Amino acid sequence: MKIDKTYEGSFHIVGGDFSHAGEASTELKTILLSAGVEDEFVRRVAIATFEAEMNIMIYATAGILRYTISPEEIRIIAEDMGPGIENIELAMQEGYSTAPDWVREMGWGAGMGLPNMKKNADTFRIDSVVGEGTKVEMIIRR
Amino acid sequence: MRLKEIIRLLDAVVITNSRDSEAEIEWACATDLMSDVLYYSRGNSVLITGLAKQQAIRTSDIADIKVVVFTRGKEPDTQTIELSRKKKITLLITPYSMFTACGKLYEKGLRCCPE
Ligand SMILES: Nc1ncnc2c1ncn2[C@@H]1O[C@H](COP(=O)(O)OP(=O)(O)OP(=O)(O)O)[C@@H](O)[C@H]1O
Ligand SMILES: [Mg+2]
Repeated sequence: MKIDKTYEGSFHIVGGDFSHAGEASTELKTILLSAGVEDEFVRRVAIATFEAEMNIMIYATAGILRYTISPEEIRIIAEDMGPGIENIELAMQEGYSTAPDWVREMGWGAGMGLPNMKKNADTFRIDSVVGEGTKVEMIIRR
Repeated sequence: MRLKEIIRLLDAVVITNSRDSEAEIEWACATDLMSDVLYYSRGNSVLITGLAKQQAIRTSDIADIKVVVFTRGKEPDTQTIELSRKKKITLLITPYSMFTACGKLYEKGLRCCPE
């Protein structure tokens, strides 16, 4: 597959299911690698997507990860049905985390996920409604 | 640093490896926090971690990390071993603590992933 047009796809993510955590991002990574795009770009996409996937898995009941690949960039939208984020500014701070023990035991809860998405994306947007859910939108350019 | 040098310095047991032992590993990253790995690491590194779980392998695969070392002789479960085999990640177990393992590699010239 050579990227000469636009490709779209999506993954469903179930909350609380650590056994499949990361599979969506891994699959997206495989798709990009087989399309022959640069390793460094693939790495940025994989990291940003993985952090978004993990947050849905950890904090939400369920969510969907949608992607649009075009020759110049990839757009990723991670949307969930979950508790939402009360204070987005606080959540964006490095080191801020409300991760419970079962999550920390699995190596998560450094409070670096959202800052990491922002670092790897060229455009980063987060919207959240308490009691409804959270939506993260990222554009990563080649 | 060559993979075989890492194995030797850490007195490591090789659990999975599909890589040439002459392979050059450029950097090291040591943490139990997966987001730290994703934030600070580079590709072609070794991850030294006390988190002997699938998460460490999954995270390493995402971050293009080629070699993972579990410290203090921690034995991973079969799913973790299967995943590292599938992802072609070299998985090692060292009897040393994280501190000692890092010290041994640092002493011989391996350095932290640059920020
Ligand atoms: N999708 C989400 N739904 C609800 N709350 C969220 C969501 N994503 C993040 N948060 C909140 O924002 C905090 C910070 O998120 P971030 O991803 O930066 O760190 P973390 O998940 O706690 O730890 P890390 O990602 O480093 O493992 C979380 O602890 C949580 O309180
Ligand atoms: Mg997170």
